[in-house]
Amino acid sequence: MTIKVLLIGATLVFGFMTLRERRPATNQAVRRIALLLLVPVGLIAVAFPDTTVWAAHLVGVKRGTDLLLYIFVMTFLFTTLASYQRLHHLERQLVQLTRELALRHDHDAVR
Amino acid sequence: MKIDETTDDVCVVVPVFNEAGAVAEVVTALRERFAHVVCVDDGSTDGSDQIARAAGATVLRHAINQGQGAALQTGFDHVLRYTDASYAVTFDADGQHVVDDAVRMVQAARDGNIDVVLASRFTGASTDMPAARRIVLKAGIRFTRWTARLEVTDTHNGLRVLNRRALGRIRLTMPRMAYASELLSAIVPNGLSYVEVPTTVNYTAYSVAKGQTNLNAVNILFDLAVNRMRVT
Repeated sequence: MTIKVLLIGATLVFGFMTLRERRPATNQAVRRIALLLLVPVGLIAVAFPDTTVWAAHLVGVKRGTDLLLYIFVMTFLFTTLASYQRLHHLERQLVQLTRELALRHDHDAVR
Repeated sequence: MKIDETTDDVCVVVPVFNEAGAVAEVVTALRERFAHVVCVDDGSTDGSDQIARAAGATVLRHAINQGQGAALQTGFDHVLRYTDASYAVTFDADGQHVVDDAVRMVQAARDGNIDVVLASRFTGASTDMPAARRIVLKAGIRFTRWTARLEVTDTHNGLRVLNRRALGRIRLTMPRMAYASELLSAIVPNGLSYVEVPTTVNYTAYSVAKGQTNLNAVNILFDLAVNRMRVT
């Protein structure tokens, strides 16, 4: 079952992603590539519904809808993780900014 | 106001978040023994900053609430950047600590030339600790002993003394309350010496109501676990 390997592999990648601090630029690039791929794939899937069945059989899934569900879940996971990391990064920056403001303001007052 | 000459090189850092009811008393008590008291107001909305300033503290203000660890780090940065203090004392604003304990701890740091002096409420005489709190804290201690390889008996005591060397090496970046473990975890890898001093914690109705909920231990554990695995 090709799909099992793909799904388990993807899940492991997600797990690894959570643990690694990624640069937002890389994240953004990956997101954009994914978007560029998803748009034509989505269009084709809508225009020719049978292609999803064909693609599903290719990876050992019976129904096209099942394959779509798998892809949907994986995309959702990726989006959640990416935004979590983005938030985390922003939080850190916010702390630094707040700290710098507090330190400078006090110093100005003393002078 | 009599200030010991020996505490002139000490800067007390008090993180403050909505402590209008207690901060004046704490600052006043600290100022009787320490010349330099810095309150880091972590975005209070109850005028704690003005009360602290009126009581004689230097007040740094976070424009928005960033958590106690962030507030402490701001205080540490202030000490490093704008003062030449040899020691920083961290002291909670809710009145649970005893100023004399802080003085004794600074003395301990001086006498033994120790980088980090930690307070322990379990070897001291703490007043009326709630049973549930005792269980949660003990579990936290076992976790820290295991992860930070530190022989301590209390891990989440807000009273600490750090010398300038320790301030330069420890950087608190963890959100919420996990910074306490982060601080402890930084001691051994940075080659800092430490000692634990028995102290008293006053569990007044005020400090219990203001303090951490026991459930927050889950958040601390989660933050720590994610951070631990995140070794670049």
